[in-house]
Amino acid sequence: MTTVATTSRKAVRDEGVVVGALRAHPRLWSLLAVVVGWIVVWSFTEGTHTLQISVSTQTDVHQWFQDLSDSIEEAVSSQSSWIINAVRSLADALNSIFTWLQHLFTVAPFPRPLPQFGWLGTMALAALVTFAVAGWRLVLLVVPAFLLFGFLGYWTESVDTLLITLFCVAISCIVGIPLGVWMAHSKVVAAIVTPILDVMQTMPSFVYLLPFAILFGIGPAAAIMVTLVYAVPPVIRISAHGIRTVNSGVLEATDSLGQGRLQRLTKVELPLAKRTIIVGVNQTMMAALAMATIAAYIDGPGLGQSVLDGLKRGQFGTSFVAGTCIVIAAVMLDRTTTAASVRSEQARRAGDHGRRLRRIVLAAGTVGTLIALYLSHVQVWANEFPSSPDLGTPLRNAVDDFGDWLRTNLSGFTSSIQNNFTEWFLNPVQSLIAESPWFVTGLAILLIAAIVGGLRAFVASFVCLAGIYFLDLWYNAMVTLTSCLVATVIVVAIAVVLGVAMGRNIGVDRALRPFLDAGQTIPPFVPLIPVLILFGPNRFTAIVAAVIYAVPIATKLVADGIRGVSGETIEASRSTGASRWQEITKVQLPMARGSLLLATNQGLLYVLSMVVIGAMVGGGGLGFDIVFGFRQSEYIGKGLAAGVTIVLLGIMLDRITTYGAARAGAGPVFKLKRRPQRGPSTLLG
Amino acid sequence: MNLTNRTERSKMRVKRTQAVLAALATTSALALGACGGDSIKDADTPAGATKDCGDLNMAVNPWVGFEADAHVVGYVAQTELGCTVSYKDLDEQVSWKGFGNGSVDVVIENWGHPELEKKYFADAGGDGSAEDAGLTGNNGVIGWYVPPWMAEKYPDITDWNNLNKYADLFKTSESGDLGTLYDGDPGFVTNDEALVKNLDLNYKVVYAGSEDALIEAFRTAEENKTPMIGYFYEPQWFLAEVPLVKVNLPKYTDGCDADPAKVACDYPPYPLNKIVSTKWMDSGSPAVNLVKNFNWTNDDQNLVAKYIAQDQMDPDDAAKKWVEANQDKVDAWLK
Repeated sequence: MTTVATTSRKAVRDEGVVVGALRAHPRLWSLLAVVVGWIVVWSFTEGTHTLQISVSTQTDVHQWFQDLSDSIEEAVSSQSSWIINAVRSLADALNSIFTWLQHLFTVAPFPRPLPQFGWLGTMALAALVTFAVAGWRLVLLVVPAFLLFGFLGYWTESVDTLLITLFCVAISCIVGIPLGVWMAHSKVVAAIVTPILDVMQTMPSFVYLLPFAILFGIGPAAAIMVTLVYAVPPVIRISAHGIRTVNSGVLEATDSLGQGRLQRLTKVELPLAKRTIIVGVNQTMMAALAMATIAAYIDGPGLGQSVLDGLKRGQFGTSFVAGTCIVIAAVMLDRTTTAASVRSEQARRAGDHGRRLRRIVLAAGTVGTLIALYLSHVQVWANEFPSSPDLGTPLRNAVDDFGDWLRTNLSGFTSSIQNNFTEWFLNPVQSLIAESPWFVTGLAILLIAAIVGGLRAFVASFVCLAGIYFLDLWYNAMVTLTSCLVATVIVVAIAVVLGVAMGRNIGVDRALRPFLDAGQTIPPFVPLIPVLILFGPNRFTAIVAAVIYAVPIATKLVADGIRGVSGETIEASRSTGASRWQEITKVQLPMARGSLLLATNQGLLYVLSMVVIGAMVGGGGLGFDIVFGFRQSEYIGKGLAAGVTIVLLGIMLDRITTYGAARAGAGPVFKLKRRPQRGPSTLLG
Repeated sequence: MNLTNRTERSKMRVKRTQAVLAALATTSALALGACGGDSIKDADTPAGATKDCGDLNMAVNPWVGFEADAHVVGYVAQTELGCTVSYKDLDEQVSWKGFGNGSVDVVIENWGHPELEKKYFADAGGDGSAEDAGLTGNNGVIGWYVPPWMAEKYPDITDWNNLNKYADLFKTSESGDLGTLYDGDPGFVTNDEALVKNLDLNYKVVYAGSEDALIEAFRTAEENKTPMIGYFYEPQWFLAEVPLVKVNLPKYTDGCDADPAKVACDYPPYPLNKIVSTKWMDSGSPAVNLVKNFNWTNDDQNLVAKYIAQDQMDPDDAAKKWVEANQDKVDAWLK
C-alpha cells in the first residue's frame, strides 16, 4: 500500500508535466498503472474468489500439519526413538544445570530456607564481572541497576531473567561462534545455514511454543530452547561477518610466514574479529532478553511472568513495573557488552602500569566479592533484599491512575480517531487487497514486485505467494499484509520526521534516544495496555502497537543516515542559498536514501513480528490463527500453517525491499547494515 | 619526566587502594560476621518441612479465579502438609500435556474440555495419564454479557429475541453493518459463531484476542456509557468491579449442543472439576486427599480473586488471608 499512497500523491503533484515525468520516472508510472488497473478490476469483482474460510474451518493441508504434530507427540510419549531419548537427556541436563544456578541465586534449595547466595553476594559478583570485562565506569551503571531491581520489588524475578538470558547467551556463543567461523570459511555451509537462520528469526515463536513444550517437557529446558531459536542467529551471522571482513592483506602476510590453519584462526582471525563478535553477542543478548515474556507462556522463569500476571489481573501498573525492570536489564547488558567490545581494542593498547593497577583492583575486588558472597550465604540481611525503600508500589499506583485517567478523559476522543481511520483508510485498503479475487491480488503483487525489485524479486514473490496459496490461508494472509503495509507507512513517516530532527540536531538526538532504547526493549505487551484503553480491541489498535514497536529502530536508522551525509555536501548546498526545507528534501533525504530504504525494510519486518501480539488485541488475520492454534489443541495444524505463511510473507516483503533498494543504488550500504541490526524480532511472537 | 611522575602517582594510588580495600575487607568481615543480624542457620526452614509430602506441581492456568484456587490449595498443602509446592504458569493445553511426564500433578479448575479428556482419560479412550478428582464446588457460567448501564437503559436487551432490535447500537469499525459481538481469549470454550448464525442474529463475532482486551473493553464501555456486548463468564473477579448483566439465550437443554455446527441454545452450566495426574494420584502423597476434598463456593473464589486482582495482593498472601479467616472450611478438606 506504500506504493499506492506515494504514487497517487506524486500523481497529483506531477499532473501538469505528465510526459516529462513519464520519461523521468518510468517505474513510478508503471506502478501507478498497476494500482489503477487493480482498482478497476476490484471495483467489479470485489468479494469474489477471496478464499476466505471461517475461524473453525480446517482444510486438508491444515489436517496434514495436525497429523504431523500428533505423530511427533506420539513419538515423544512412546520414548522409543533414540532421537527422542537424546532430546530427553539434553532437556534433563539443561534443567539440572539451570536449577542448580537458581539454587545458587534465586530459589531456596530445600531444606535451606533461602538461596545459597543473596543480593549482597550477587551484586558484588556482578560488579566484579562488569569491572573485569567492561571497566569501572560500567560498575556505576550495573550496581544502581541491581539496586533498582530490588527497590522496584522484583529482585528474584530480575535475577532469574538475567540468569536465563546469560545462560542462553553462553550456549549461543558455544554453538554460534564456531558455526559462524565455519560459515565464513565455507560458502556451502553459509548457503545452507542462512535460510535456516532467516526462518528462525521470522517464524513467530507462538508457533513452536507448544511443540517445544511437548518435546522438552515443561520447565526451564523448553524456555531455554525457545529462547535459543530466536537468540542464536545474530551471533552466528555477525561472527561470520566479522571473520569474513578480516583484512585480507593481514591474512596474506601472515600466511606467507607459513602459519597453519588453526594458527591462522586463533592468532589472526579471531583476535581481529573479536570486536565484531562481541557486537554479535550483544545482539544475541538483546534477543534472548526479548524472549523473556514469550517464554513465560510455557513457565519460563523471570520477569516475563510478572508482565503476564499484570495482564491477567488487569493491572497495568504491575506489567509496567515488571516491564521497566526488563528495560533496565536490557540497558545494563547492552551498555556493558558495548563497553566490553570497545575495551577489547583498548586493552591491547593500554600501558603496562594500567594493566598492573587493574590486576590489583581485580584481586582486591575478588576478595571483597568472596566476603560478600560468604556474608550473603550466612546472614539473612545480606540474602533477602530489604523490603524498603519500596519504589514499586507508588510507581504501580501512579501508572494505574494514569490508565484510569486515559480511560475517563481521552478514550471517547481517541475511539473516534480509530473509527475514522478505519472507515476511511484501513477498510478501503483492506478491501482492495483482501476482497479482490486472489488471482487479481496475486498478479498485482507480482507486478509490483517486478517493477520495484526486478526479476529476482518477482521470482521470490512468486514462490512465496504460491506457498501462501497452497497453505489455504490466503484471505487472512492478505488481511495481515494490509495491516503490515499500513503500519509500515506510518512507521516510515514518523521515522523520517523524528530521524531528520535527530540527525540535524544532537540535542534532539540526546533527548529522544533513551525513549527509543526503552521502546525497543520494553515487552510490547506493556505499551499495549494504554493503547487498548484508548482505542479498544480492533485492527487499528494492533497497528498502533506495531508502530510503537517498529518506530525506534526505523528512527535510529534514518537518523544515522542523515548524520552520515557529509558536512561538505551540506555546506555546498547552503552556499547555493538553499532553504532549510530544500536542504532536507533535496540534499539530506536523497543522500540518505540507502538508510531510508533500510529503515523501511526493518520497519516492515518489525511490524510483521508484532502480528501475533496484535491478534491478542483484535488484530485478527494470521496472528489470530496462530494464537488459536496455541490455545486449542484441535487447531495446532492451522496454527502451524499460519506460522509458515507469516514466514513466507516476511521473506517476500524482505526480498522486494532488499532488491528494490539494490536497484535504487543503495546496495552496499544496505547489505552492510542489514544483518547486524537488532533482528526482525519475532520477539514477540 | 612527566611519564615517571605519572607512574609514581599511579603506584602510590595502587598502594593506597590496596590498603583501603584490605582494611575495608577485614573490618567488614569482622564486624558483619561476628555480630550482624540473624544467621540463616537460625532462620526457620519452610513451615512444616519436617513432614513427608514431597513435591506438588500445581498448574496455574491464565485466569485469576484459577490462581485463587491453586494458591489456596497450595498454601494449605505447604503449611499443613509440608509439601514443596511449585506453581507453573501454563496454558490449559500445555498443563494437560504435563500430566504424562510428571511435570504437572494438578489442574485445579477445569472447564469441560471433552477433547482433552478424550486424549488423556483412560475411560474416554486416551492414554490414561490424567483422571478426574471431583468437583471444586464452583459453578461456571458462560454467556453473553452487557455492561450494567445498558441493562438499566434497555431493560429488554437481556432477552436474545430483542438483540436484533439493538444491533445498530453495537456497530463498530470491525463489523461493518452488523453489530459486534466480542469474543475474548481464543482458548476459551465458545460456540458464538454458530449461535449467531443459527439464531439469525445481525451480529458478527469479533475476536478481542485475549481476556485482558475484553476486560479493558468492558471497563471502558461502562465508564463511558458506550454500547458493548461480549462473551464472558462467572466466577470472575471482574464482575465485582463491573457487575455485567447476562443476556438470556434460548434455554439449555440436555444435548442441544451436541452438534457444534447447529447449536442454537445457551451454554450448559459448567460444574468445574479438578483434574490430576494418575501417577500422582497413586503416589500416596497426603496432598491427594486435600485436592480431592477441596471444595468451596463461587463467593469464596471471588473473594480471593479480588484480593489478588483488585487489592493487588501477592497470591500467597491472599491465600493466607482467606485460609486464616476460614479455618473451619480448610479443616474439612484435611480430614
